[in-house]
Amino acid sequence: MNSLILRTAAQYLLPIMLLFSVFLLLRGHQEPGGGFVGGLVASAALILYAIGYDTAALRQVLRCDPRMLIGVGLSVALVSGLVALLNGQPFLTGQWVSWSVPGIGEIDVGTPLLFDVGVYIVVLGVNLTITLSLLEQ
Amino acid sequence: MNTLLVLPILIPLATATVATLSWRKPALDRWLGLLGAAALLGVSIALLWRVRAEGIQAVQVGAWPAPYGITLVADLFAAIMVLLAGLMGLSVAVYSLVSIDRGREVFGYYPLLHVLLAGVCGAFLTGDLFNLYVWFEVMLIASFVLLTLGGERAQLEGAIKYVTLNLLSSAVFLTAVAILYGVTGTLNMADLHNKLATVPAGVTTTVAMLFLITFGIKAAVFPLFFWLPASYHTPPVAVSAIFAGLLTKVGVYALIRVFTLLFLQNPAYTHTLLLWIAGLTMITGVLGAIAQHEFRRVLSFHIVSQIGYMIMGLALFGLSASTPLAAFSLAASIFYIAHHIVVKTNLFLVSGIAHQLRGSYELKDLGGLASRPALAILFLVPALSLAGLPPLSGFFAKLSLIQAAFGGRYFAIAAVALTVSLLTLYSMTKIWIEAFWKPAPSANNGQNAVRDKYHPVLLVPVSALALITLLIGLSAGPVFDLSVEAAQQLQDPRGYLTAVLGETAENQKRFEHDARASLSSPSAASVEVWPRAGDRP
Repeated sequence: MNSLILRTAAQYLLPIMLLFSVFLLLRGHQEPGGGFVGGLVASAALILYAIGYDTAALRQVLRCDPRMLIGVGLSVALVSGLVALLNGQPFLTGQWVSWSVPGIGEIDVGTPLLFDVGVYIVVLGVNLTITLSLLEQ
Repeated sequence: MNTLLVLPILIPLATATVATLSWRKPALDRWLGLLGAAALLGVSIALLWRVRAEGIQAVQVGAWPAPYGITLVADLFAAIMVLLAGLMGLSVAVYSLVSIDRGREVFGYYPLLHVLLAGVCGAFLTGDLFNLYVWFEVMLIASFVLLTLGGERAQLEGAIKYVTLNLLSSAVFLTAVAILYGVTGTLNMADLHNKLATVPAGVTTTVAMLFLITFGIKAAVFPLFFWLPASYHTPPVAVSAIFAGLLTKVGVYALIRVFTLLFLQNPAYTHTLLLWIAGLTMITGVLGAIAQHEFRRVLSFHIVSQIGYMIMGLALFGLSASTPLAAFSLAASIFYIAHHIVVKTNLFLVSGIAHQLRGSYELKDLGGLASRPALAILFLVPALSLAGLPPLSGFFAKLSLIQAAFGGRYFAIAAVALTVSLLTLYSMTKIWIEAFWKPAPSANNGQNAVRDKYHPVLLVPVSALALITLLIGLSAGPVFDLSVEAAQQLQDPRGYLTAVLGETAENQKRFEHDARASLSSPSAASVEVWPRAGDRP
């Protein structure tokens, strides 16, 4: 598609939507959000970019085959479950550490977040794989 | 804490993950697939060993306690099924080494195969109905792609029927799960077993019928089987073989699980219906097979007819209530499943070799294969076993089922089982005469490449499975004893309940109390039940 308006908008929307997707991802543990929605928003951002410019531009931005993202995301999610086994607990048991960050206070970081990150990457990878193969046909 | 129980799901998932990362390197994927399948088989043997030695194993995934979290449970029946899945996985992984074309490999054949195995093992091991639904979906999505991978016209045509019917079945499944949750407030199967006792029989029977429809579609019983012969002969033979061996059996497994653990309130209705379905499935399947003249379509119709036998054991179990005969009927069913998975996968693998030699699955184009004695014997072992000739595994499977029918004085179903068995023999004889005995058709119309050789690696899984068929037949005693043990665990669910929900009666009371609280004030209960990250376990 050759539309100046869409191209200009996509250029500005891409970083904003990606930031928002990360916000959704981090917020997901206790409030609405999470890896799945975050991944959807991120893929929407990148697909918008691909429609505004072309798929080659998207591939350049991505720097890797979207199918690799599926594998990476799955491994991250899998590892997040395996951590518990090392501690002698059942698979997928949440492992938490508290982190005191100056200015923000105490924050809990745990394997459920890692799992969500995995989901985020898988959703992104799957969506981009599907859309790219449709767009490039 | 029981890691062994998680491994049959984790290993195929991990294999699929790593295979996805090496997407563009089929050679690496091939060996990874083999390694993963071998590891799965190893773990499943260890699991069966452990369950037999130490009783039913359970693990609460994520350490969320029983009726709220997801429980994985392995009783003997589940462990036997996981072992069979591991065995079929490895056989097909070996067979795939030399029979899957590069195009399919590059488009993710190996990751999908292992996702399929993960789904199958997950469905066998889960103790939670909604989780069962999820594993069914994992398995179905992988099977959709495996079925259409390659995009040949026949494949897509078969896939449309397969996908439509299976999606319909999933929708019914979800509805049934939702109603059950609405009625009882739980989906943990052990917990459901306790709670369903207080639910009016009419409601339970309705839900039971919904489950019968959904698992009936997946298990391909009469009258919901037609998607199976329409699709199973279209993908590459390695895919057909694993579908034929495992997928419908997951449906049968789910039927046996819910109709032994959950829905025994009104067996005079539900299990009589199952008995009718069993008989009609056997007959329609075998009659369909007689009308077919394509190697894999004949075999597909026989899957349907054999499913009837497995359901027959389940039906007889419910109808003879808590007598020793009930355990015997169910044991016959379990033995039948074990025998059938091995034999049917093997027959499909043999049809693939025939295809390599003659370039066709049509019986009229085949012929002259009897000049290869090894191949001929490797066909005869599973074929005669399927028909039920002694001393092969199928003989003992059918014998015990028919004994069970006589024991309960259900003579009609015994007569049906015997007749269908004879007609199965007819079908196998047809394949034997057409594909093996008659001389090779001289004029091949120049279409099909006739080759002298097939890849010798293809013989490895085929002979291994034939050997297992023989072994099951020759050591039918010990194998049947194992099936009886598994059936007794299903008949008397106390062991299962204790393994899932914990020892004490106090525990039970607490669960019931929580359930009442959640019924009266859902919001209060959800706060109480759902721990926040702050007070993590």
